Amino acid sequence: MSKPKFAMYWAASCGGCEIAVLNIHEKILDVDANFEVVFWPVAMDAKYKDVEEMEDDSITLCLFNGGMRNDENEHVAKLLRRKSRIMVAFGSCACEGCIPGLGNFSNINQILDTAFTTNSTDNPQNLRPKTSYDVPEGTLTIPTMNPMLKTLDQVVDVDYYMPGCPPESHQIAAVVELVIAALQGTAQLPPKGATIGAGNSTVCDECTRKRNVKQIKEFTRIQFVTPDPEICLLEQGIPCNGIATRSGCNARCPSVGAQCIGCYGPAEGVVDYGARMISAFASVIDSEKPEEIDQILDGLVDPAGQFYRFNLAGSLLRGGRSNGS
Amino acid sequence: MDKKEENEKIGVYVCHCGTNIAGVVNVGEVSTWAAENLKGQGVVISRDYKFMCSSLGQELIQNDIKEYGLTRVVVAACSPHLHEKTFRNACKGAGLNPYLCELVSIREQDSWVHTDKVAATEKAKAILSGGVSRVVYHESLEPLHVPIHPATLVVGGGIAGIQAALEIADAGFPVYLVEREPSIGGHMAQFDKTFPTLDCSACILTPKMVDAGNHPNITLLTYSEIEKVDGYVGSFAVTIRKRARSVVEKDCTGCGICWEKCPKKVVDDVFEAGMGERKAIYVPFPQAVPKYPVIDRVNCTYYIKGTCKACEKFCPTNAIDFAQEDEVMTVEVGNVILATGWDLFDARRILQYGYGRLPNVFTSLEFERMSNAAGPTGGSIVMRDGKTTPKVVGIVHCVGSRDKNYNEYCSSICCMQSLKFAHLVAERTGAEVYNFYIDIRTPAKGYEEFYHRLLDEGTHFVRGKVAEINDATRLPSEEGKLVIQVEDTLTGNQLRVPVDMAILSAGLEPRHDSKELAKLFGISCSADGWLIERHPKLDPIATMTDGIYIAGCVQGPKDIPTSVAQGAAAAARILGKIQQKEIALEPIRATIHEEQCSGCRICNNLCPFNAILFHEDRMVSEVNPALCQGCGTCVAGCPAGAISGTGFSNEQILSQINGLLLLNIPKKEAVKA
Repeated sequence: MSKPKFAMYWAASCGGCEIAVLNIHEKILDVDANFEVVFWPVAMDAKYKDVEEMEDDSITLCLFNGGMRNDENEHVAKLLRRKSRIMVAFGSCACEGCIPGLGNFSNINQILDTAFTTNSTDNPQNLRPKTSYDVPEGTLTIPTMNPMLKTLDQVVDVDYYMPGCPPESHQIAAVVELVIAALQGTAQLPPKGATIGAGNSTVCDECTRKRNVKQIKEFTRIQFVTPDPEICLLEQGIPCNGIATRSGCNARCPSVGAQCIGCYGPAEGVVDYGARMISAFASVIDSEKPEEIDQILDGLVDPAGQFYRFNLAGSLLRGGRSNGS
Repeated sequence: MDKKEENEKIGVYVCHCGTNIAGVVNVGEVSTWAAENLKGQGVVISRDYKFMCSSLGQELIQNDIKEYGLTRVVVAACSPHLHEKTFRNACKGAGLNPYLCELVSIREQDSWVHTDKVAATEKAKAILSGGVSRVVYHESLEPLHVPIHPATLVVGGGIAGIQAALEIADAGFPVYLVEREPSIGGHMAQFDKTFPTLDCSACILTPKMVDAGNHPNITLLTYSEIEKVDGYVGSFAVTIRKRARSVVEKDCTGCGICWEKCPKKVVDDVFEAGMGERKAIYVPFPQAVPKYPVIDRVNCTYYIKGTCKACEKFCPTNAIDFAQEDEVMTVEVGNVILATGWDLFDARRILQYGYGRLPNVFTSLEFERMSNAAGPTGGSIVMRDGKTTPKVVGIVHCVGSRDKNYNEYCSSICCMQSLKFAHLVAERTGAEVYNFYIDIRTPAKGYEEFYHRLLDEGTHFVRGKVAEINDATRLPSEEGKLVIQVEDTLTGNQLRVPVDMAILSAGLEPRHDSKELAKLFGISCSADGWLIERHPKLDPIATMTDGIYIAGCVQGPKDIPTSVAQGAAAAARILGKIQQKEIALEPIRATIHEEQCSGCRICNNLCPFNAILFHEDRMVSEVNPALCQGCGTCVAGCPAGAISGTGFSNEQILSQINGLLLLNIPKKEAVKA
């Protein structure tokens, strides 16, 4: 009997997810022992047409990372969906848009302007990429950008979600083990739509810092203070996102004195991560005076980045209003 | 369609509300549309009916529940404020859990606010669709039963509060009557005569004050203020600060020697409206209840300089205690009546009327004190010099009322009050009296007759809003007089009326601290500051907070009979509740899901009812369901989404939104609609 087939793909993402998979060390040998890797652009050569020629549902497990920034991303997502039995939105980009999703605060022209006219760009003729270009040999095309970056499940049906930027290696290893066990019939897969490789509560649950009733008089930034090592960072005015962020990382950042920035995405039961964060922060501001409250809020210098760094494309509004077309 | 909807049988009922809804919304079309397009959502029967709230309308629902085995009911009618209970009870009557009924408003939110019939009908469909999508996620709930504490707190010892306290006390239940001033009596105690009967205000009020003071069921707490309110209907814990009188009540006989001997005179700008003086140790007026005086520590020589103690020296019963401290007490009550009354509009704000600058311009309260036989002038109506009787008096109506620059509302009592003043001036001085009015409003029993009496008495009525009162004279006849400049709008003439005395019939305003009061008791007040009743017509004495009632001018300007009626009405309502011994509370509560709570403690300080406690050992927070009022603050505040509010789950709200946007209907059908 041939081994079950494995695929991994990257759409709009940084590649960190692939590194995280390799970072499971010798467990990667288990992957190789149990699966036949049929498609994994970062690790092996393959063409889309090879995938197209596969039978539908012939790939057992597909880890799909990256958001849907252009039509190529969507094309491959739909293709792999058709060919795969288990489609996992792997990592923050596929689950909720992540950093590339912050592009949803701008329209395509603004994004291109930023990319092609900023000081670090040498572009004296102020050129912009074209999606198709005629050359003597024929027409060259590159993918067309979507007006908004979409998450994987906004384009195709997703079986499981595995959050994290990137997912923690120990969690990846555990998931790999689980899938192998399920294939061997010794374990059961969770119900469709479940979040795997993560906890069910928030980062606070795994954080060992002491927590008191919160009353915030000032928000500050991590580079300006030396936080008390024992006490909850948020209580110290450091805008820690652990309160709304899904557990699963063992509270890596807060345990070393850096605030949680929310890479594990919304906790179970959180519909709009940023909205939750905003109402929670607003709830614990210790002032009744509007001017003072404004002043305290000014301590949050980058609200969009603070509240929607990872979740903008996956939020209820999916993006911000952009000027022009 | 998921399984949840497959299992439900939903009945939809669209109300015409006479023409209230049917005049704008095509209710028949909405009903037919629902039957056809919301089938997929589980709708098995859809009807429209003239008055769903009528007994026939309710029977319609009940019969359908039995005949079709309905598991959910959606009524599209008026606001849930009005008839949610009606339809829930109807469902209950037919054996369906009342909380499986959803009332969506196509009246307040649709027919009453739109004129475009086609668009309003489409909107009604959307609102109904939202309700149908939502009701699927409703759960059967049982109300919580809590006992009602038999005691009642009445805040404010004016006529409304006194009446309420007496009604409840006479029925045999305890009352705490809290009054900020040293005596109960309120504004009514300041008046000489009451309109339209002209009976003596003190003569009818004092017996009630004495009754309240002596009543075995009434604990009178004067010179006291409410500091804190905890709890909920049936079981409020109210913290009251009883300010130090510096007089030991159990020793004081109220003999009056102390205030006779006290050497320090103070202008009394509360009871005497600045027209008279009192001592530093005083009772506001001779008939004060309780009879015990208070020392005004701000003005008392002993508290300023450390010497004097005249009162202590002369007190025959050693009742003076300079070291007395405020007493803070917490009382348990089941219900509360707020009857804190009104403040007088500050006539200084209307510069052109000269009050505060021109000595012979008086306010209505000043005139009340002046005309009072027990007042600073012994009832003589004299000019500011204290001796000259005016020959011509002008009474200006609507000062600070019915005026966009100050208060837009009508203060309701000023017309009658001004007519009363006109009568008293004419009767006691023989002076010529002018009334300057915008409209004469005399709508209650005997009021119009009183107006005619004044017309017969020869009082002048000039219809026009006074532009200015000034002492700048132009003609010899105006020399030494105040000139009232006004346009007589009936003749179109500009008039300059020279008078000796002008009385400004200043309007009624909410207490300066009414907003704090509302906040303290968790109820709402209008932008003006009047407390808001549960329903303007059908429930004028209840508020949106269970167990908190309002009576008298705290709700809006009104006359004495209406204030008394409201005090009695609030008392009757509370007595009914006390008799039931327990009350069923809405089972709308917040719940913290322990497995999702990581004990971040964001919610701990948010609860206005102190219903959230934190378990240090398990690192989770918990909501006490008896204290929780289901306000939803913690639900919104919880960053982990670990708190849910009964009746307002994510599924319920999101499915309602989907329904509103018609996302619950397959595309093809939606287009057809």
